[in-house]
Amino acid sequence: MLIKLSGGKVYDPANSVNGEVRDVYVDGGKIVSPDSGARVDKEYDLKGRVVMAGAIDPHTHIGGGKVTIARTLMPDDHQIDEVAHTELTRAGTGHALPSTMITGYRYAEMGYTAGFEPAVLPANARQAHMELGDTPMIDKGGFVMLGSDDFILRLISEKKDFELIKDYIAWTMHAAQAIAVKIVNPGGISAFKFNQRKLDLDERHPYYDLTPRDIVVTLARALTELGVTHPVHVHGCNLGIPGNVETTLATIRAADGLPLHLTHIQFHSYGIEGDRHFSSGAARIAELLNKNPNVSIDVGQVLFGQTCTASGDSMRLYAGAKNADPKRWVVMDIECDAGCGIVPFRYRDKSFVHALQWAIGLETFLLCEDPWRIFLTTDHPNGAPFFCYPHLIRLLMDRGFRQDMMQKVNPDALKYSSLPTLGREYSLYEIAILTRAGPARSLGLKDRGHLGPGASADITVYFDKADREAMFTKPELVFKNGELIVRDGKVIKVVQGATHVARPEYDKAIEKPLKDYFDRYHTMRMENFKLSDDEIIEGGRGEIVVQPTKARTQ
Amino acid sequence: MTARDEGAGLGERPTSELYENVTCPFCGLLCDDLEISRAGSTLKVLKNGCGRAHGGFERTLPEAHPMVKGKAVELPQAIETAAALIKKAQLPLFGGIATDVDGVRAALSIADRSCGVIDHALSEGQFRNLKVLQSTGWIMSTLTEARNRADLFIIVGTDAHKLHGRFFERIVCTPESMFEDMSSKRTVVFIGEGLDTSAAKGPRIDEVITLPCKLDKVGDVLAALRARLRGTDLKALEPANDATGQVSGSKRPGFFSNLLPKQRAAKTPPSLRTQTIDGVSLADIDALAERCKNARYGVMVWAPPGLNFPNADLTVQIISDVVKDLNVTTRFAGLSLGGNDGVVSGAAVGAWQTGYPLRVSYANGKPEYDSYRYSIGRMLAEKEGDLLLWIATFSPDIVPPETNLPTIVLGTPGLKLKKTPDVFIPVGTPGVDHAGILVRCDNVVSLPLKNLNRAPLPRAADVLAALEAAL
Repeated sequence: MLIKLSGGKVYDPANSVNGEVRDVYVDGGKIVSPDSGARVDKEYDLKGRVVMAGAIDPHTHIGGGKVTIARTLMPDDHQIDEVAHTELTRAGTGHALPSTMITGYRYAEMGYTAGFEPAVLPANARQAHMELGDTPMIDKGGFVMLGSDDFILRLISEKKDFELIKDYIAWTMHAAQAIAVKIVNPGGISAFKFNQRKLDLDERHPYYDLTPRDIVVTLARALTELGVTHPVHVHGCNLGIPGNVETTLATIRAADGLPLHLTHIQFHSYGIEGDRHFSSGAARIAELLNKNPNVSIDVGQVLFGQTCTASGDSMRLYAGAKNADPKRWVVMDIECDAGCGIVPFRYRDKSFVHALQWAIGLETFLLCEDPWRIFLTTDHPNGAPFFCYPHLIRLLMDRGFRQDMMQKVNPDALKYSSLPTLGREYSLYEIAILTRAGPARSLGLKDRGHLGPGASADITVYFDKADREAMFTKPELVFKNGELIVRDGKVIKVVQGATHVARPEYDKAIEKPLKDYFDRYHTMRMENFKLSDDEIIEGGRGEIVVQPTKARTQ
Repeated sequence: MTARDEGAGLGERPTSELYENVTCPFCGLLCDDLEISRAGSTLKVLKNGCGRAHGGFERTLPEAHPMVKGKAVELPQAIETAAALIKKAQLPLFGGIATDVDGVRAALSIADRSCGVIDHALSEGQFRNLKVLQSTGWIMSTLTEARNRADLFIIVGTDAHKLHGRFFERIVCTPESMFEDMSSKRTVVFIGEGLDTSAAKGPRIDEVITLPCKLDKVGDVLAALRARLRGTDLKALEPANDATGQVSGSKRPGFFSNLLPKQRAAKTPPSLRTQTIDGVSLADIDALAERCKNARYGVMVWAPPGLNFPNADLTVQIISDVVKDLNVTTRFAGLSLGGNDGVVSGAAVGAWQTGYPLRVSYANGKPEYDSYRYSIGRMLAEKEGDLLLWIATFSPDIVPPETNLPTIVLGTPGLKLKKTPDVFIPVGTPGVDHAGILVRCDNVVSLPLKNLNRAPLPRAADVLAALEAAL
């Protein structure tokens, strides 16, 4: 069936289309360019509308053990947003930690057609994929966490053959069905298990002969040589510590030209100026970032209200647990593999610290010159729940609105940030890069995030409203693989998205030392550790899309 | 229902087979290193089975048919009858839920669709943990982490060996651990009387210490431990000239004024050495406090079903509090065992699909959570609800509470039902009769369950889906 979307203003940065009025054709779930005489079966008149590819969230904690522990921890947060079932949709709960079905519905209702869980512990990958499998509407994928697991720490500290390290990383991506690799507090989660409370970039691990720098550089190089499109996704050392801007700058320099993605960089951009020894380091980060085209970032914007922080960074979340609001929190040491921390949090606009975090995030957005290397995230739910994205988009696009908001926050905080001096306003074209084209390119989603022929027909149509928050909150139409799934901001058809993975080559010989390791130390057999394709897709839970990787190099 | 789930293809089932790396679904540890052989419909555990595994896998299944009012019928008729009962019900109760992840998913789906209440048969124990998680949180470890890292295990009021036959073998007394050069020896402390300590042995075990007290008093002993760790002088708890030295709860002069830290434990006056807390001497508690402080990585182990006395959540609370206190200077973590019959999977799937770990009512269309109100045991006792659908796929002992309500049972053949339900549908055991997934007791790892081709029984998930489709 040929569908024609006529006369909308199209923003498709991957194909350099900037607000041109043009028609978009869909057939068989794909964007097509039909012959001029082709019969159109269904036409949507989109005059005055804005047309973009479906949005992609490249970093959102929506599935996996820690999210579900956070859900269990916060019944009071769900009680304010219990959602009844309808003829079409399942019941669930929303707000900061939405249940899986509500997560899928609400992302779609906001014009998103993909979301990536960035912290899949290998030991918890099966559960993460079960939760993503119960998240309808959107495509998804996971980044597998490495860098505090004892196997890689042993390989690196014993200076094992680099090819073996690459084999292990690739094997783990297969076993955990991941599309990318993430490091969280490199080595720090492991160090915390040895009662170390802080681990800076060049500090020795208390047990293994290595530093976080070694881990970051090893993984950055390994993923490049494995041909994985998304660079190593780094949640750096010293999350949330005033002065950590120095660590972040040093991490960028440590990459020395290797591709690197620094995630929720707002939480890693703190200086120590001023009476309270807490200030913005965003300008320094942006300056170095602008000079280092090998580095991309997402922001992890803080927005005000109740949320719950959840991270693999057990060391830093334990340190932050004293600020829990409400006063309950969880820290876990996990399987000689990783860890997690869950700390509820309420960001207050009148708090000096929280207002400055808010300002630092916005500064980062406004100071980074290349929109292709910065992605729009709140690190859901850590900086704010994902439903706040339209508000954030308005803050970026509307200087007057931003100034109004600045009037409401702690005024002292703004003295330690350059935010009040920044007049930049993002264009729709740039927003389309931050929320679609950029993440798709960075994650290596070949046929998502754009509207060129051959792309999957994931399309969002907005009313072109001056109030950008209202515009992005409630799209008029959302198509998933060419099917209309949302109309006027409400789900009208429930579909199941795909799971995206990347499968770099590895030598099967790695299973010999791995099997030995599992048999000697683990409580799970290597054979059972690996997650099969069937486990992910059985029961009508979508398909697996293997995204291309480049050839492995040495 | 797919052909596979109907048991089709069974015609090609080899008459005998050997299965390796089999996950045992019969307790929350989910040991996955079993070797099992099958001859016809008889399974034999060849390697790495504990008593419970042998009992579970090798149990002879009685012949079972779908039944309506005790009369054998074809499956479609049983489904039709059950669906009619659900359709008629105003408040159906979905209990038991002793099934795998897919079974829980299907149960939540039909409970949602039919505006029912859903709760697990073993929730009562699990809520001893969840009440603590939802009020203060905790610091926890997992099986592999504890196996490799712990130098001190404190087993709290739980007969871990009886409940989980391979816990000591696999986690505590392991031949190897990852950090041998740091702490190759382990101390095991049992708090509580009558606990089987026999499995805490072997070259890895340094000392085995028992602090005997009544099991429902372990919380008091831990509270004293916590007080001593905080440097609280418990001397004033001792009534003057009390010849027995036993702390008497009714006579506590100046109790609150003495909660402030005054004296370190090391400076315990000699008189305190004879004082006891529920039969455990303060000197032993002080010695344990020292061990805790000096441990590199201590683990406090309990199993919620082991703490089977009123208000046992307060015992879990004090465990969590002691663990938190110890983490100020060293590393310590809790490790909760239990988790049998899919209770952890029930809470996990419940939490990710509704936000709540079961004890959820969909009566108003949306999930509403109340760990007291939506206990199906309580609801049945107080004559709430008008239909019970019970799911028990693992142990034949997970039987519905007594009720006069119309009852539908999806059960493993041989389920020890006390009365004939309106509808009985025999279903397979996940990990025996069909494949599946379960979440382990530590709530992190989930394991694949194999189809061992024992009996051609449908999955509970598929029967539930068929029931929902028939509504």
